[in-house]
Amino acid sequence: MPESVDYSPKNPATEDPPIVRRALISIALAFMGLFVFIPVIAVFVQAFSSGVGAYFAAIVDPEARAAIRLTLMTAAIAVPLNVGFGIAASWAIARFDFPGKQTLLTLIDIPFSVSPVISGMLFVLLLGVRAPIGGFLAAHGVRIIFAEPGIVLATIFVTFPLAARELIPIMQAVGSEEEEAAIVLGAGGWQMFFRVTLPNVKWGLLYGMVLCNARAMGEFGAVSVVSGHIRGHTNTMPLYIEILYNDYQFAAAFAVSSLLTLLAIATLIAKRFLERRVVPAKPEQDEITAKVAA
Amino acid sequence: MSIELRNISKKFGDFVAVDNISLHIETGELVALLGLSGSGKTTLLRIIAGLETPDTGEVLFHGEDAVDVSVRDRKVGFVFQHYALFRHMTVFENVAFGLRVLPRKARPAETEVARRVHELLKLVQLDFLADRYPSQLSGGQRQRVALARTLAVEPKVLLLDEPFGALDAKVRQELRRWLRRLHDEIKITSVFVTHDQEEALELANRIVVMNNGHVEQIGSAEEVYHHPANAFVYNFLGNVNLFHGRIENGRVFLGDTAVELESTHAHAHPDETGKAVLYVRPHLLEIVLQPNGKQTFPATVKSINPAGPQVKVELVAEWGDMVQVEISHDRYQALHLEPGANVFLRPKEQKLFVYQI
Repeated sequence: MPESVDYSPKNPATEDPPIVRRALISIALAFMGLFVFIPVIAVFVQAFSSGVGAYFAAIVDPEARAAIRLTLMTAAIAVPLNVGFGIAASWAIARFDFPGKQTLLTLIDIPFSVSPVISGMLFVLLLGVRAPIGGFLAAHGVRIIFAEPGIVLATIFVTFPLAARELIPIMQAVGSEEEEAAIVLGAGGWQMFFRVTLPNVKWGLLYGMVLCNARAMGEFGAVSVVSGHIRGHTNTMPLYIEILYNDYQFAAAFAVSSLLTLLAIATLIAKRFLERRVVPAKPEQDEITAKVAA
Repeated sequence: MSIELRNISKKFGDFVAVDNISLHIETGELVALLGLSGSGKTTLLRIIAGLETPDTGEVLFHGEDAVDVSVRDRKVGFVFQHYALFRHMTVFENVAFGLRVLPRKARPAETEVARRVHELLKLVQLDFLADRYPSQLSGGQRQRVALARTLAVEPKVLLLDEPFGALDAKVRQELRRWLRRLHDEIKITSVFVTHDQEEALELANRIVVMNNGHVEQIGSAEEVYHHPANAFVYNFLGNVNLFHGRIENGRVFLGDTAVELESTHAHAHPDETGKAVLYVRPHLLEIVLQPNGKQTFPATVKSINPAGPQVKVELVAEWGDMVQVEISHDRYQALHLEPGANVFLRPKEQKLFVYQI
């Protein structure tokens, strides 16, 4: 085990006076409390406002269960694809020079810069029954828009920059020297990837997965356009929550919301757990991740 | 294993990194590729390793063509300038890496891996650091771990890219001697890249002086230092003073005073005539208080630095060029030099270098 490294400021020249430190810490905590902690508590308070029985009734409702299933399935498809694309894209951009590299870098950001609603419309225009491709598919019995595949596609589209954006700067910062060293020492391509490349970017990858998962489960705009809001079929959790809310079923809406919140918290816990499982943290790696994140 | 390079060229875009280089390295030799940055020495080393593919030319290992042999099958050890240790692995795991990625059949058992790793760590005197991570080591320790890691796969050729470049002077010297001893012990064919002429002169059996992708000279330390093939080599291997002058019938004239040197003083043909540049090492100039015919030229002392084994004196020649001279402490005391003193400089015999332009 590596000795723990103390990062607390020791240098009096860079140490802030106590008053500054306390002020900064208070501001950060107050902000967190106001904008994160209180709303989260409020969600749970509202969820249980009609009693525990109503809470569980809202969750086990068949339509709610269908929405939960669809949300989890969408995330389960979108996240691995995202990771695959993220690794491939960041590898290509960090390691090779090729024509169109800058274009690729710009294109990666499109789903970020375009409003999710427009992303959704894009799929409707492209794959709706009236569009050539959508019409062709519909003629062969494949429904994309107003069906699950459309939701999955829209989710993949809005999340796909997440892992790549995390990984590109880290891959660039780590460089390829260690990979070259692995190859010279006789490692094959896959051995190099799993023993050297992946461990070096794992923090960025984990973070990208968490972001991607959160966005995949929480996406509203794009999914709303392509879903068609067919209850029990094409409603994801966020869409279902909106429907409940519009029906004045506040307790039920917040019950499902609390579940979505719990899923988000579970993701964060899973990330912490994974971090501890894969080799104890090393200062150098954290530094790179921190630098990149900054 | 011997290495043979035949007519190797490599371009990066329009930049010619290596220009038609041929080189033969004998089994067990320790060869230095010496040159400034951008001279193509690292590219050449990476071509030998297989990390770069030459545009044209052949690389032969032990007489067999190696260009199409992949890096992992070449059996070369490569030590990187910035060590390239696996940062997420302990020192032990770093050294064990080459053994762990062997094909299943050739992979040694865990106890054998441990034995080999500890043996290598003892060789580099770092056994006590086996459980540390690279970030917890000093530069010198990291470089030795990198070397142990490389030796673990029993390479036939050891290639080192500026192995001591990132270390401070004291550690560099220690590691240099240590590497020399190691090479004497295990007799592995080794090539290292350096921009430090002292390092090359001290370590290598043979030195390849490179410039702009060309080889300027190949020879032993003695040969390249005392019998430089051309002005570049002379200039590169140690400090020099540069004088512009004329050459007429083998006689050299400096400045307006027309200092006259016998042809035997310089590497010049007796029948050469024209403009010339004269290179003189600081310790091959003598300071005298009295002129001595046409063999001396006047200069004024600017500054004196008596720290070190030799006294370094900076002077201005009468035609305005700065001149560095190194004299012994005894001589310095005998001369009673002070800044501002007017003295005369006399090139010592034989070791001058004239380059006709």
